[in-house]
Amino acid sequence: MTNQGAFTIFIAAIFINNILLSNFLGMCPFIAVSREVRTAAGLGAAVAFVMTLTSGLNYLVYAYLLEPLGLEYLRYIAFIVVIAATVQLVEMVIERTSPVLYYALGIFLPLITVNCAILGVSLFMVIRQYSFVQSLAYGAGSGVGWALAILAMAGLRKKMKRSRVPAALEGPGITVILAGIMALAFIGFSGMVPM
Amino acid sequence: MGDVLTAVGVLVGLGAFLALILVVAERRLVHSGPVRLTINDADPVEVPGGEPLLSVLRERKIFVPSACGGRGSCGLCKVRILEGGGPVLPTETPHLSPEEIEDRVRLACQVKVRDDTAIEIPAHLLEVEEYEVRVEAIEELTYDIRRVRLAFGPGVAFRFRAGQYVQIETPIYDGLGEPVYRAYSISSPPQDTDAIELIIRKVPRGICTTFVHELLLVGDRLRINGPYGDFYLRETPAEAVFIAGGSGLAPFESILADMAARGVRKKVTLFFGAVSRRDLYDLERLHAYGERLPGFAFVPALSHPDPGDDWQGETGLITDVVARHYGSMEGMEAYLCGSPGMIDACVRVLTDKGVAEDRIFYDKFA
Repeated sequence: MTNQGAFTIFIAAIFINNILLSNFLGMCPFIAVSREVRTAAGLGAAVAFVMTLTSGLNYLVYAYLLEPLGLEYLRYIAFIVVIAATVQLVEMVIERTSPVLYYALGIFLPLITVNCAILGVSLFMVIRQYSFVQSLAYGAGSGVGWALAILAMAGLRKKMKRSRVPAALEGPGITVILAGIMALAFIGFSGMVPM
Repeated sequence: MGDVLTAVGVLVGLGAFLALILVVAERRLVHSGPVRLTINDADPVEVPGGEPLLSVLRERKIFVPSACGGRGSCGLCKVRILEGGGPVLPTETPHLSPEEIEDRVRLACQVKVRDDTAIEIPAHLLEVEEYEVRVEAIEELTYDIRRVRLAFGPGVAFRFRAGQYVQIETPIYDGLGEPVYRAYSISSPPQDTDAIELIIRKVPRGICTTFVHELLLVGDRLRINGPYGDFYLRETPAEAVFIAGGSGLAPFESILADMAARGVRKKVTLFFGAVSRRDLYDLERLHAYGERLPGFAFVPALSHPDPGDDWQGETGLITDVVARHYGSMEGMEAYLCGSPGMIDACVRVLTDKGVAEDRIFYDKFA
């Protein structure tokens, strides 16, 4: 078990080891839902919430159910089941509280289920042998980091509407290039905290 | 062996536990128990929460017109929501004008009844009822247009205004998961209360028209609801022009028969646009109104007559024929029935000719 403080892990997950920009996980909604700042913020918040919740829940499932019974190999399927149920729950809550956000997120809300960043966080948490509190901090940090990245991208794309993009690169093409440049910029943070 | 059983047991247990949580959450969040629905200042009624308003109303036998069956694509099911309903959704905005949004108009199929809700619907919709009818006769008018006569049961009198339409519930047939509703104008006069006639053109890949043209037989039973619409003749002294395209002749046949039966006097010219002679029907019947109705004229026009048609009448697009026929049309009324494209083109020509926009009447069946 690593003995880094939870706060360090939280900050590191946002900036140094940003799940999106250093691991390139969760790219599909990152590219598809980053056209509008408002929807990007909504999806970012939903992903951050689901990530925090599922990393905590998956820690409990792993530490108190799978590990004692020697069923660690089941973690992929168990994690996905927990994530799917959590997303369903979040979907119901959003539909009830904000139908406009619900329709704006559209298909990407249920697709959070198969957002690999979320499964990735749960699996990294096991590999890095985090404790419960560390897992929560890591999940929350990764979620905030993902939301930050998609918000930054949505802001850039909004500005870009008025810039002249080569025709062949319009849309997803320039977005992937932007993501690469953003990832390079985030490398500047690396080495600040040893992970 | 034991390991496998534990693994299966753990997964099943985990799945069941999560499913239980979701079921409880759905109970509490989606189906929020009974809510109170107030319709047009009547006493509130209790309805189950969480369902789309359109289906809640249909359950209560209130038939708000909907041509797409609740998918949010036709924009016909507009109602005013005075209380509740939540914010306007992105799925509704394409169908609502800024004035309508200001006026709290919403699409009944998209609004879910979650809290106590008060709505306002046109009073005549409360008179709409569902009927079971029997197909009494099917007549081939052209190669792709059929007249279908639907008889109500004994003791049932169907009352409507000439020009109104009904919706046919297309039963589930191959490839269709749920019944769909399509709107058709009534072509028979309102004096016939025991049966109605509809004129239905076959639309390539159309769900209901394919059903009517390929599967419907005399003696079959169908469900319809109606009557709907305010496409009826305004009995003013103003001269009127009727413009029909294809199967759009239906409401005018009903209006003319009604005028003849009641002795309504009004100067009316009916323009009937078709492609070639094989698309024309009911010509004799319509020409005959020239003798029964003083001030009535009938002008059929072909846009592309076949060389063998021996056509002496008007040719050209129906909009051009109408434009040629009149100088200024100021003070006139216009009644249109046909495809959305034809209606849009006619509205442009008519307003150019001086017809006031609120004197142009049509039902657009998208």
